Amino acid sequence: MTTVRRHGSSRLPDRAPSRQGLPLGSIAGWSGRTVTGVVLLAFVVFFIVPLIWLLLAMTKSGGALVRQGPFSFGSWHDLVANWDQLTSFQDHAIGQWLFNSALYSLGALALTLVISIPAGYAMALTKFRGRRTLLVVTLVVMLIPNTALVLPLFLEMNAVGLVNTALAVVLPYSFYPFGVYLAYIYFSSSIPSSLLEAARIDGAGELQVFLRIALPLATPIVALVGFFSFVQNWNNYYLPFVMLPSSGKYPVQVGLSTLLASTPAFNPSSAGSESIELPALALATVVSVLPVLIIFLFSQRFLVAGLTAGGTKG
Amino acid sequence: MTTLHEVAAGRDLAGRPPRGRRVKTQAPAALFVAPYAVFLLIFGAAPSCYALYLAFTKSGQGFVGISNFSHVIDDFRFGPAVWHVSLYLLSWIVALVVLVVVLAIMVHSVGVRWLNGSLRFLYYLPGALAGASAVLLWLFVLDPSAGPAGPLLRAFGYHTFSQTIHPTHLPYIFAIISFWTGAGGWILVMFGALNNISTDVIEAARIDGASRLQIAWRIQLPSLRKWIAYMVVLSLAAGTQLFVEPTLLSQASQSIVPNDYSINQLAYQYAFNLNDFNGSAAIAVLLLVVALALSALFVWRGGLFTTEER
Repeated sequence: MTTVRRHGSSRLPDRAPSRQGLPLGSIAGWSGRTVTGVVLLAFVVFFIVPLIWLLLAMTKSGGALVRQGPFSFGSWHDLVANWDQLTSFQDHAIGQWLFNSALYSLGALALTLVISIPAGYAMALTKFRGRRTLLVVTLVVMLIPNTALVLPLFLEMNAVGLVNTALAVVLPYSFYPFGVYLAYIYFSSSIPSSLLEAARIDGAGELQVFLRIALPLATPIVALVGFFSFVQNWNNYYLPFVMLPSSGKYPVQVGLSTLLASTPAFNPSSAGSESIELPALALATVVSVLPVLIIFLFSQRFLVAGLTAGGTKG
Repeated sequence: MTTLHEVAAGRDLAGRPPRGRRVKTQAPAALFVAPYAVFLLIFGAAPSCYALYLAFTKSGQGFVGISNFSHVIDDFRFGPAVWHVSLYLLSWIVALVVLVVVLAIMVHSVGVRWLNGSLRFLYYLPGALAGASAVLLWLFVLDPSAGPAGPLLRAFGYHTFSQTIHPTHLPYIFAIISFWTGAGGWILVMFGALNNISTDVIEAARIDGASRLQIAWRIQLPSLRKWIAYMVVLSLAAGTQLFVEPTLLSQASQSIVPNDYSINQLAYQYAFNLNDFNGSAAIAVLLLVVALALSALFVWRGGLFTTEER
């Protein structure tokens, strides 16, 4: 919340229309503030109301969802009924999908950290041939959307027979140039190289310097890279959709599309024994984002740190 | 955690390069970057090269020049797909640039500390719902019979789900979904950049008689320019890849939305329904070239990233 504090302390003169002293000025200031207030409020509604509706929808029965007003409360009983309907779908498929999501995201998270933290460190604090080339390539590649390589990756994985295995998503997830760049920025700006130099003079090997000195100081960047890697991979749809054709291997994001296909409200042809009603689908949507939502609640500054990393003053 | 806080406040990270280091040892350095270099080759370079190879060849015929490209471009679905994606991109980017900047400046002008903190938090919260979850939520929102926007949609004369998702509405619907999930993060970024403007400058302008609007237009907007460029480049590159939104909507609409609505969906159809991996690779290469060009242009000309000590 440092942002808030900084902001608060840095903006004294803003709210002082009386400075101008003219009645005209204060009228303009007043109406300006009204417009600002209305616009800001309208966008709070736009951003938040769908979320509130979603949370309410999962507590209602299918009939109540259509009959009652959109913002009425449901009941605990209906929430439990929706949960039962969701979990009984394809014999606890949702549990399997959540497990898969966790497996893929956490596996990729571990691998990403092992790969990108040392790489960022080496690019920032050691010299080697091709360092600058590697850095430029990293920059260019990190700005390419990760969906661009999905089909080529599929063809590659297909050629080596890894399609429909966990590795087909975990390995591509673990190639994370953005994480390398974040680590590079952190190490080159936050760790004084004199510290490392001192350790080297004392006879520590390069590996020891990294493990004993640089790594313990790098906790913030490990957390940041981990946050981005996890959120991005948990939410990924296209790569697992292409790589993992069998339902038992789906992560929860892809599983949602199966649920959608079984919801008669959106897909009348699916009305059958295993159909999902709208409230259960709403519940599934909430469940599918819960881990990320919880992380988001506590990590606003992480998000900004990542988006602005490496930016020079405008 | 100080560093993270500083970045959050929009402080320059890259501007403070390490000084005076002369490392001679090279072997361990190579060891540190080796795993990354290997992944870069296998999961970055190799698939790109393989796609290139496929795009210019045909099984059994060897090198075929640009015939795969002309084949997919001549496909009657290619033009509409490009048109759909362009419309979507245009409406999304315009909404992003205008609304994100306006909202960031407005939030920044709110003097009450807890209030502007809460506003930023509420705006960025939808970012947690990316991909399929966000699309699903918006399917609900666009359903006039049950969703939260039901009364509003009915007031505009849309009474059924298939009326709201009429094909002519789709580019704007996808733009709204993308805006809804992504705008909040960018508002935070712009807000951080606005905090970087010295209060002395604003105060001086105010004393010289500049109005609130003039300050926004002449001082705040120019200082956001680099970040706006960054936002536009990233969004353009990501937007050309449109896939999950039309795919799910196509599923939910009994094919009112075709399954080859976007360029990427068409590539998918080529690969998995027509078994034409060469055609699919040609589309992938076209998209990759657009993404690469945008990102390279930005890295070299944008001036936002640093690759060398200054």
